[in-house]
Amino acid sequence: MMYDLIVFLPLLGAAVAGLFGRQIGHRNSEYVTTTLLSISCALAWIAFFRVGLGHHDALVPVANWFTVGDLQVNWAFRIDTLTAVMLVVVTTVSTIVHSYSFGYMHDDPHRSRFFAYLSLFTFAMLMLVTSDNLVQMFFGWEGVGLASYLLIGFWYQRPTANAAAIKAFVVNRVGDFGFSLGIFLVFLLTHSVAFETIFAAAPGLAGKTVHAFGIDADAVTLACLLLFMGAMGKSAQFLLHTWLPDAMEGPTPVSALIHAATMVTAGVFMVARLSPLFEISPAAQTFVIVIGATTCFFAATIGLVQNDIKRVIAYSTCSQLGYMFVALGCGGYAIGVFHLFTHAFFKALLFLGAGSVIHAVSGEQDMRNMGGLRGKIPITFWMMMIGTLALTGFPFTAGYYSKDAIIEAAYASQRSGAAFGWLMTTIAAGLTSFYSWRLVFLTFYGTSRATVAPETTDHNAHKEPTDTHHASAHGHEEATVAHDTHPAGAAARTGHHHDDSAAAHGAHDDHGHGHGHGGEPHESPPIMLYPLYVLAFGALFAGLLFHHLFIGEGRESFWGEALVYGASNHVFEDMEHVPLFVSLLPTLMFVIGLAVAYYVYLMRPGTAERWASANKPLYQFLLNKWYFDELYDLIFVRPAFWLGRLFWRGGDQGIIDRFGPDGIAQTTLGATSWVVRFQSGFLYQYALVMMIGIALIISYFMIVGVR
Amino acid sequence: MFGFGILSGLIAIPLIGVLFILALRGDDEATLNNARWAALIASAVTFVLSLVAWSRFDTGTSAFQLLESRAWLGGGLGYKLGVDGASMPFILLTTFLMPFCIASAWQAIHVRVKEFLICFLVLEAALIGIFSALDIVLFYLFFEGSLIPMFLIIGIWGGQRRIYASMKFFLYTLLGSLLMLLAIMKMYGIAGTTDITVLLHTKFPVSLQYWLWLAFFASFAVKMPMWPVHTWLPDAHVEAPTAGSVVLAGILLKLGGYGFIRFSIPMFPEASHYFAPLVFALSVIAIIYTSLVALVQEDMKKLIAYSSIAHMGFVTMGLFTLTVQGIQGAIFLMISHGLVSGALFLCVGVVYDRLHTREIAAYGGLVERMPKYAVIMLFFTMANIGLPGTSGFVGEFLTMLAAFQVNTWVALFATFGTILSAAYALYLYRRVVFGKLEKASLRSILDLSAREVAILAPLVLLTLYYGVHPQPILDASQATVDGLMKTITAAAPAPVKAASAAVMP
Repeated sequence: MMYDLIVFLPLLGAAVAGLFGRQIGHRNSEYVTTTLLSISCALAWIAFFRVGLGHHDALVPVANWFTVGDLQVNWAFRIDTLTAVMLVVVTTVSTIVHSYSFGYMHDDPHRSRFFAYLSLFTFAMLMLVTSDNLVQMFFGWEGVGLASYLLIGFWYQRPTANAAAIKAFVVNRVGDFGFSLGIFLVFLLTHSVAFETIFAAAPGLAGKTVHAFGIDADAVTLACLLLFMGAMGKSAQFLLHTWLPDAMEGPTPVSALIHAATMVTAGVFMVARLSPLFEISPAAQTFVIVIGATTCFFAATIGLVQNDIKRVIAYSTCSQLGYMFVALGCGGYAIGVFHLFTHAFFKALLFLGAGSVIHAVSGEQDMRNMGGLRGKIPITFWMMMIGTLALTGFPFTAGYYSKDAIIEAAYASQRSGAAFGWLMTTIAAGLTSFYSWRLVFLTFYGTSRATVAPETTDHNAHKEPTDTHHASAHGHEEATVAHDTHPAGAAARTGHHHDDSAAAHGAHDDHGHGHGHGGEPHESPPIMLYPLYVLAFGALFAGLLFHHLFIGEGRESFWGEALVYGASNHVFEDMEHVPLFVSLLPTLMFVIGLAVAYYVYLMRPGTAERWASANKPLYQFLLNKWYFDELYDLIFVRPAFWLGRLFWRGGDQGIIDRFGPDGIAQTTLGATSWVVRFQSGFLYQYALVMMIGIALIISYFMIVGVR
Repeated sequence: MFGFGILSGLIAIPLIGVLFILALRGDDEATLNNARWAALIASAVTFVLSLVAWSRFDTGTSAFQLLESRAWLGGGLGYKLGVDGASMPFILLTTFLMPFCIASAWQAIHVRVKEFLICFLVLEAALIGIFSALDIVLFYLFFEGSLIPMFLIIGIWGGQRRIYASMKFFLYTLLGSLLMLLAIMKMYGIAGTTDITVLLHTKFPVSLQYWLWLAFFASFAVKMPMWPVHTWLPDAHVEAPTAGSVVLAGILLKLGGYGFIRFSIPMFPEASHYFAPLVFALSVIAIIYTSLVALVQEDMKKLIAYSSIAHMGFVTMGLFTLTVQGIQGAIFLMISHGLVSGALFLCVGVVYDRLHTREIAAYGGLVERMPKYAVIMLFFTMANIGLPGTSGFVGEFLTMLAAFQVNTWVALFATFGTILSAAYALYLYRRVVFGKLEKASLRSILDLSAREVAILAPLVLLTLYYGVHPQPILDASQATVDGLMKTITAAAPAPVKAASAAVMP
């Protein structure tokens, strides 16, 4: 019953706000959704302690979904420690984001719709993390995808937001393509989609091969790789990451909830949930390490040079997700999930803090137009500081415990690829420190570089809030125009930066907020600050409080049966014997990153520009995000449209119709005469001809019939 | 009732409605309204009666039920009706959708209203006849008979190029069914009867099966429609009035699939095994090819029409996996597609009635003025791309899962199609509903009227209900498909190589 409430209360909230938002008003929609979610959140914490400490694991059947032949799919909740951790993360961050949105969205004309989407998302995410079979997980998986699509495109008048929403959905579908095939393969192997049965059968599958796609592959490895493709899409890993930065088109609370704390970690959850399968496939684990390590490095390099405050944090998220996968690939499932847990707090804090900054400077998102905000919005500044410290791994903050554990695990692990994982995560730790401090220094230190431009839109905003949303498109005319022919192609270009872009070029007028402050930065209202305090508490102490349970001595009793470690997996034992320099290295990287950022942006301002012009090709390469969007546009999007036109004009009209019906009509009767006769009202005669034809058929049968 | 059973009643009630409308004199608005109400009531009563039939239907057996039989035309042919798990769902789909078609045409059709309604009622009778006929000639008559009202609906109440479209429709389907007619004659020659229940147990020589299978395939492939004989459908849809499109996509496209289940697979099981790879190839090509074509369409109806062809590719693929999941999934997908594509065409009809254009470029930003419409359109767009939780998911999932067990390549390409379906459907939605409302013609457009909400809401609820709880439909066809599986397994090629993706130790 408790679990039913946790999962279905948000759905109820979404239904009320979504269907009756107009009738009950915005304010009531906000109250209803937020209250229901708070209840759900409180229950989730109870569940967390009952399951994590008391071990009241449970399998709660809800209903049968469908049964066909030997395929049986149920609606059911699988409650164990892993689920409980996810329940807490999802409901907590969601409740915080709900209440933050009271302030952030306060003058948006579609607030009830916004809150309905947020609650709908939460429901889908809860279905995902409580699923007891692959198909229900897929339900949650696509459900969060839908909510993400709706929220990215929340400001539907912006072409860029619409393009980003489609891009997010379609790229995720590419991942889901692998996920689906993975489910099919697992069913082929075990005749079941339920976790119980699959995990029970897993040991027996080791070493079996399957003939699929023309090759004889190791059965479990292939299944893991296909399922992991889904994780790569949802968690924005290397090659399928392109949607995440563009997803920043959504309102900032959405970025915090969906694109930082919860939905994007679904892939991590999936791999942890499927640990019994991944444990018997070293090859798949190596693949997970390599993808994770590549992502964490590659996303960090892009984060170094981005100018949009939200995009920096987005790439940081992408990079941190890479860390989690490295941990999972090394066999340290608990470590990966622990980083998921701590990351949810500090990354949500950073996003909501960034939202508070954007709110303060009237929708400006380009850090080149900020600066010197420390004195003007001190609370936001300190919250961002805490988030940054936790992210960069300052000793005893949340990130210090979880991220450093990942780096140690990568060093200690015996898996092939772990060395690469260690190298990349270590380098990325330095890069993370640099880009995080760069963000802080550019935003809060120095002198204000604000231009007058945002002020103008600010006043318009006050008169007609929705109109300001259009203002954002100014930097993207190229994309807008191209949009009508190439949806994803335009999306691909939305983030394209030109070398000579004007300062405000990449800026997005995020939420058209205006208070008539005359452009003077102002601190956010308390309703937006309290949520930050809660998250800041988590960012500071989540590591300290929980590392013992998650990855320390208490881990075995805490996790119970939720995570499975193979016989050859002794990464935790090995971690206790890593050399001292390995333990100290992450902290050293933190210091180096901080020092370089301090030198470049505070001691010698202008250094960054000099470095950029000295290494122009590299700078462009990073600024344009390794040119992935351009590449995908060239090899996927354009060819798809080209093929579509070819098949339509060339195939259907040029060949099939020409030699088919049109040709026949022409040769037998002449197409024109058909038309002429029809138009002169002979239609009924044709019906008559058909009738006569049928009469003849019947006559034939009567003759043959009496034979 | 006069010695006839409930199935005859289902066929008769629409025809009684026809007689009533024929009896009406005059062309004034009051008379036309009477005609409309008569048609609506006739179709509604038919639906209620079909529910009665459904309540008497026993899902536990694969035998034909609600049988009625009498000699006809000198005893050579029989008037024999009956239903089983493969036909009952389609009868319900037909009787359910018809009132919506008639209601949707309430204001859209101004010319020859009575004739229009008569066409629909005759069509309904013919469709119910197709799904309940247990005599192959009777089936053929209904099958061909359904062509005439549809032909007229497109040809008279259609758009600009209606003549071309209706001729194309006619030409394709007639050529296909002529071959089927020859096959039926041959089968009669061998079995000495046209009774389907007997033919189902007749063992046709394998070498002959190939020819008979191909002849039936010619007809059903056109009806489906399968690539490359699909090009009639986009034209027919584009030109047909909204109600015509709904019935075309919702029910007529299912005739091919039903034909495969009723005739091709059980009567020619060896040939079905033999030709399965051919069907797979055509299905996969259809899925990818038409999805790509849908991506570049500039006409809303054409886009949805191409999307329908892709979905029918999943159906044929599922059927010829010759597995329980595949066939069950295909039946479910057909029912679901009937609801979803019907609803999508109704959605297009809503804006077409207001602006009289199907050009996608003429729209944009509708959400501004039509929030209710935006929600419902979004729902069906998501159902169309198979989002779990809508009925669209279950069928696609089952057919792909089944395909994977039989041939991994087929499953790979079919699953790839789901990426493309997301792309074209969302791209359509974006261009029509999202964006800024800039076009002057849209500034005063009105949101859904109460009548339109009443038409669309039941479809929403049903799509959602069967998405979360699809078991009623699956249960209905379960016993029949199990019976079918026995025939299929018995005919499987000697070395049982059911799974090319066999697991090896």
